[in-house]
Amino acid sequence: MSIKRPSDLPSSAITPESLYFDRRGFLAAAGALAISAALPGCASADDDPKATGTPFGLQKDDRPTPWADVTNYNNFYEFGLEKTDPAANSGAYKPTPWAVTVDGMVEKPARYQLEDFLKPSKLEDRIYRHRCVEAWSMVVPWRGIPLADVLKRAAPTGQAKYVMFTTVFAPDTMPGLRAPVLTWPYTEGLRLDEAMHPLVMLATGVYGRDLPNQNGAPLRLVVPWKYGFKGIKAINRITLTDKMPDTAWNLAAPDEYGFYANVNPEVDHPRWSQHKERRIGEFAKRPTLPFNGYAESVASLYAGMDLRKNF
Amino acid sequence: MSIREPRWFGWALLALCCVPGLVAAYGVGSDLLLGTRHFGSNPIKAGEHFLGDWTLRFLVATLAVTPLRQLTGLHWLARHRRKLGLAAFAYLMLHWLVYALLDVQLDWGELLRDLAKRPYIMIGMTGLVLMIPLAVTSTQNMMRKLGRRWTTLHRLVYVIAFLGTMHFWMSVKKDVTEPAIYAAIFAVLGLYRLVQWRRRWLRARPAMAAGCGCGAPQACGRVVEP
Repeated sequence: MSIKRPSDLPSSAITPESLYFDRRGFLAAAGALAISAALPGCASADDDPKATGTPFGLQKDDRPTPWADVTNYNNFYEFGLEKTDPAANSGAYKPTPWAVTVDGMVEKPARYQLEDFLKPSKLEDRIYRHRCVEAWSMVVPWRGIPLADVLKRAAPTGQAKYVMFTTVFAPDTMPGLRAPVLTWPYTEGLRLDEAMHPLVMLATGVYGRDLPNQNGAPLRLVVPWKYGFKGIKAINRITLTDKMPDTAWNLAAPDEYGFYANVNPEVDHPRWSQHKERRIGEFAKRPTLPFNGYAESVASLYAGMDLRKNF
Repeated sequence: MSIREPRWFGWALLALCCVPGLVAAYGVGSDLLLGTRHFGSNPIKAGEHFLGDWTLRFLVATLAVTPLRQLTGLHWLARHRRKLGLAAFAYLMLHWLVYALLDVQLDWGELLRDLAKRPYIMIGMTGLVLMIPLAVTSTQNMMRKLGRRWTTLHRLVYVIAFLGTMHFWMSVKKDVTEPAIYAAIFAVLGLYRLVQWRRRWLRARPAMAAGCGCGAPQACGRVVEP
């Protein structure tokens, strides 16, 4: 993976690549080409990059959500509570260099530089459905590696039952950490068998680009059949454990956000229904699908469980 | 202080009251029809919240008129309180319309389930229902007809402010800073009245002892000469 973004540039000034790769933008870009090639960050036009990747679980009318929405409608409370805050307030945040620790109940605990952490796996582009617990949804072309690769390499011991993820705690560049809105650092967790499922990704990119800061750079979790808050961002620690880990939203409001958080139209959030969802960019609401449309591949993980109780 | 009312004041205030509505109509309309992002990626939710915010702001403005008038001596402000109250009502109706028409999209089952199952919706709807009689009785005519009962009826505005703040408080996901700010402002405006009433009551006591006998907890104005 290449992280060649000059980190002192505001994110708003970046992403001119589309200009000179997009045919429609070619003429406009031609004049500025010499300059922009030498100095990425001076063009301001930003056409949608192409969504490429293998679709997983997409319904027949699912189209990738535009780049502008994917990168400007985010919940990332470390940078503020409004959906546009993460894009606006993450300019000073530095996703590089980055180290990831894998520890706990594993045969081979280690602290990796991100490049080394990713090197053994092949980066894949996959298009997934994304459903937020707030009843909106997107379709996102992620780039990343299967989490199972990482776990297998670490070799969980026989006692390991859960995987806990931790977000970096960087109060200097994450203004949201000043408010005690959640228990910082943000943590999330999966049961080990969920974590090993081939659909679970550690994403490093979106739309074929490195993750923008607001989307969880440089490494985030993607679990397409669970509500979006399970997709912990800016991960710097992965810990195998035998106890169900504390998770940020469950600590904040245990009656509203469970550990499993599987997308389930039959189980309401206490304050709103989960029957339907608004796809960002669409007017009419869509029905929400069990396990967000991935029931066929994941429902068996929860055989015999009361999903109303284990929400 | 005696700054006289500028002749354009009423019209200017009316125009100001309309601004947020026009902003919402243009922004959300353009976002839905033309695919712009004035109200962000989810313009329906953003518009709904925007209109709810303005309902509370106009409620604050309405309740601030009396203290402002008394503290500044600009007594002509009282003439414009109705405008602000009606603006609050208008934004409340728009807030509800966006919720029912655009957000829930007239799914009656969903609307009824929301109403039956979600306390913050019940509280919000109670506030909305209570505000209807206030809007209906806001005319000069009704004021005359109802006489003193008008004042009593319109004290409901304090209940409505409380319900509106509760509705906001319970609907936010985690951070209650904004609803807490409204709660604090309403508390100050309410406290101001309590202090005023108490002061008037203390002043009125000798008159009552002298035998007005109407039993009002405040000066009824019919002071009996000894």
